[in-house]
Amino acid sequence: MANKFIISLSPHVHGNDSVQRNMYGVCIALVPALICSLYYFGIGAAIVLATSVLACVFFEWAINKFILRNDKVTITDGSAILTGLLLGFNLPSNLPIWIIFIGALVAIGVGKMTFGGLGCNPFNPALVGRVFLLISFPVQMTSWPVAGQWMAYTDAETAATPLAIMKKAITGDGVEALSELPSSFDLLVGAHGGCLGEVSAIALLIGLAYMLWTRIITWHIPVSLLGTVVVLSGLLHLSNPIYSSPEQVLMTGGLLLGACFMATDYVTSPMTPKGQLIYGASIGLLTVVIRTFGAYPEGMSFAILIMNAFTPLINTYCKPKRFGEVIKK
Amino acid sequence: MDVIWIAVVALGAVGFLLAVVLFVASKKFAVHEDPRIAQVSEVLPQANCGGCGYPGCAGFAGACVKAADAGTMEGLLCPVGGAPTMENIAKILGQEIISAAPKVAVIRCNGTCENRPRVAEFDGVRSCRVQLMLGTGETGCAFGCLGCGDCASVCMFGAIHINPETGMAEVDEAKCTACGACVKICPRRIIELRPKGPKSRRMAVLCVNRDKGAVANKVCKVSCIGCGKCVKVCAFEAITMNSNLAYIDPEKCKLCRKCEDACPRGAIHAINFPARKPKAAEETSSAQVGKKVAIDERPSKSIETNA
Amino acid sequence: MKTFKIGGVHPAENKLSAANPIKVASLPKQAVFSMFQHIGSPAKPVVTKGDAVKVGTLLAEADGFVSAPIYSSVSGKVNKVDAIVDASGYRRPAIFVDVEGDEWEESIDRSSTLITLSDRPELTDKDIVAKIKEAGVVGMGGATFPCHVKLSPPPGTKAECVIINAVECEPYLTADHRLMLEKADEILVGVDLIMKAVNVTKGYVAIENNKPDAIRLMREKASKYPHIEVVPLQVKYPQGGEKQLIAAVIGREVPAPPAIPIHVGAVVQNVGTAFAVYEAVMKNKPLFERVITVTGKSVKEPTNFMARIGTPMSQLIDECGGLPEDTGKVIGGGPMMGKALMNLDVPVCKGSSGLLIMNQKEARRGEEQPCIRCAKCVGACPMGLEPYLLATASSMRNWEMVEDNDIVSCIECGSCQFTCPSNRALLDNIRTGKSTVMALIRARNAK
Repeated sequence: MANKFIISLSPHVHGNDSVQRNMYGVCIALVPALICSLYYFGIGAAIVLATSVLACVFFEWAINKFILRNDKVTITDGSAILTGLLLGFNLPSNLPIWIIFIGALVAIGVGKMTFGGLGCNPFNPALVGRVFLLISFPVQMTSWPVAGQWMAYTDAETAATPLAIMKKAITGDGVEALSELPSSFDLLVGAHGGCLGEVSAIALLIGLAYMLWTRIITWHIPVSLLGTVVVLSGLLHLSNPIYSSPEQVLMTGGLLLGACFMATDYVTSPMTPKGQLIYGASIGLLTVVIRTFGAYPEGMSFAILIMNAFTPLINTYCKPKRFGEVIKK
Repeated sequence: MDVIWIAVVALGAVGFLLAVVLFVASKKFAVHEDPRIAQVSEVLPQANCGGCGYPGCAGFAGACVKAADAGTMEGLLCPVGGAPTMENIAKILGQEIISAAPKVAVIRCNGTCENRPRVAEFDGVRSCRVQLMLGTGETGCAFGCLGCGDCASVCMFGAIHINPETGMAEVDEAKCTACGACVKICPRRIIELRPKGPKSRRMAVLCVNRDKGAVANKVCKVSCIGCGKCVKVCAFEAITMNSNLAYIDPEKCKLCRKCEDACPRGAIHAINFPARKPKAAEETSSAQVGKKVAIDERPSKSIETNA
Repeated sequence: MKTFKIGGVHPAENKLSAANPIKVASLPKQAVFSMFQHIGSPAKPVVTKGDAVKVGTLLAEADGFVSAPIYSSVSGKVNKVDAIVDASGYRRPAIFVDVEGDEWEESIDRSSTLITLSDRPELTDKDIVAKIKEAGVVGMGGATFPCHVKLSPPPGTKAECVIINAVECEPYLTADHRLMLEKADEILVGVDLIMKAVNVTKGYVAIENNKPDAIRLMREKASKYPHIEVVPLQVKYPQGGEKQLIAAVIGREVPAPPAIPIHVGAVVQNVGTAFAVYEAVMKNKPLFERVITVTGKSVKEPTNFMARIGTPMSQLIDECGGLPEDTGKVIGGGPMMGKALMNLDVPVCKGSSGLLIMNQKEARRGEEQPCIRCAKCVGACPMGLEPYLLATASSMRNWEMVEDNDIVSCIECGSCQFTCPSNRALLDNIRTGKSTVMALIRARNAK
């Protein structure tokens, strides 16, 4: 025979979806938030984000090359870039470069490569990095610059974030403290202090819409998560006005960033629609509980990490609905 | 001072109480186990390979004790430990020593890339079971080695590997314990446990092609075509012909090597015999190139591993 | 627009030959009839070397109930009874016939007059099933399950409706589409016959709405048959799967195996089968030819052939302008469920619905990457299974786990592997798991 045919089992066609398409798709979805962060935090944002992305990519490459001695190039699949972006989005814009390096090392080294690289990590690497930094460097990690300082980096002027104000209202100052909160419009567009990526609610929602439209993610996690938060914070607000209203809760802190981009991380979220609903709702519940009754003003990162640990359990017990009627006996 | 006394008394009391509980529990929930099982387990290799057919070494030890109580340990063999281990077990259990011939896995296919042309290219999970679903697979032969290494992946002793040059599985006789895992996993039933034979010398038909002669001839240079010449030449009735395929009964074979010379295809192999004198090699016709390659290659390699 | 609810994917349709009318393929020099052209026991040859045969002469008889006879599609002499590598990739017993002329058995009605059920009121349900069985009609969609078996419901079950599968959800294939456009009247009589055979009064013809011309034509013709309804369906793969089709058309889900469609009262037959039933019952013509699509992006003229069974694939390819230079893979059937062929001597058999030629680039699978647990396979599985779990557990030979997770429900449609962003060979592994578990279950039941 002139040429040997290739033989393989069906299917013989592929949908042309790829890991890269999904990873870079999420990166594209982050672009509106990126632009907002650059607009509000200027050069500081640029330095933090660039450092974070480059450090993550570098550590993945270096660990693969020198520790795992694996010749396969994995940095092109986009997952390290995405981790870097998300880590950067979870940091304040005045964080020194050396701290960011430590965060990237923990995120990629401990959070991802220790477990075997892409697809094997039980916890969201970016959040592992962020929480490590939050516990190790609480002062640097909780001083947020005021929005609108274009040319400032570590020297930026800092102020209390909306979340801190909300916490203050609960812990003693009462309803009057809530009047210090920025207006709803400012919260929506992002003209207030906070981590880089979390300030602009509208930019994050645009990103979410893009991911849903391109079918990178399904609606289950963000909807169940945000829905739970709205319902619970609404009930709290009705019971006592020192708890801020649902729309303020929704648009402050890392809630939207977490709901749209961190909780929906493929690797660490459950596999079935039912499991995703449970997972999302549980994160929402934990976030509200931590924000309202916990010591930290922000509970999103912890809530997601806690539920990451439950993902294998959810996978074991939440099976998709099998095709077929149940035979009546 | 009081604090120390209180601590000592309290801890002592707790310790005593727990000791009583443990003592009662150990008496009440004691499981009686034949002490001989533990003794037998000790002399077993503890590889827990399951080659004996029992769930691990402990299971095998239990079976040995049970069989010894019933009278005879016939049929029980630890393939890993072999005869020495069985002797030890027999001694512990006060049984006659039964000598079973040591065995080794033999891959009954010689369809190397050279002997058996590839007619298609397989693209998919490198697993024999997957390739099997595509019919004859990469070669035209519906019986031969698929070369994806399912056997190598189940071998716990690292005794099988796929030779990248020949595309075939190869057994390292020194490491093979004849546990039979590869025999069970091979989807084409190519691997057979055959007695090692005196000085590891044995005869075997390295082909399992049951197609008619014409087809077998077409797909592989060294296939058995079922011509029956070996059956005729064998003086000990050791060779049988079943659906176009010769089989040498190792119990009857006297290693005379006549069948090897008679086989026009070079499918019968004399394994681990010393190389023949050059004169004999010259006599073989040029049509048997494939056979010569195979013979020359096998003994030299096995001698190295046996040395 | 109706469709099934769980999972499904939408592969690029690539129906290249949809506009090309069915062309009668020329007679081969030698026709080869594999004895394995259906599910069940192989047929038993009744001719020997040297026998003269005509078109429609019995070559091999059915061996048992789940089996089907095989008829000659050519006239000539039996050359030998030997074996050939057929579409399955295995060497199987086959009858080789050297073609001489084109002489037909006299009992076959070769006229093109339409005979409807009202012309033959004396036909009973038993007559029809007997005739179908005798003619060797099998499922023409590719599964090749003997038709008469499906038309004989097991005791305790009752058919309520007949669903004709004309969705042709496989990309590239257009054989059923063309058949509907050219033989609509005959097909509807065939549907009528099938309905009479199982004594039901409701029939559906399910067509995906990427074939609007066929829907229009079938609706127009079906107006004469008040009990036959043409159901347009939304385009989604694997709608042609029996279970998905039933779910889409009558909204009922067949329970998990070993239940079969008759348990929800449905009898599903392919549109090609309906045509074959018409010819077998009304024209006394056994099944010896079928429509087959020969297609592919690099094929010069993608064509729908009316080909005699036993024609070598190479001949059909030559009639389409020859095998392209850069051929990498030749697939018997569609791209989602077809089998890759090893050579082109494979003959057309009863289940050959298509021949797809892929170039080197299309033929190769992408590089496998680690599973990123995106759950897209779970979303795509039309049976509500978890392909990622089944594939991993199968590759680790954890048969207990795959059985507990309902691997036997898998219909091997390939949606999971199609959708996997990491290019993982999910179905390769699931198939090994499924076949092992099925063997284990059989062994358990035998005890």
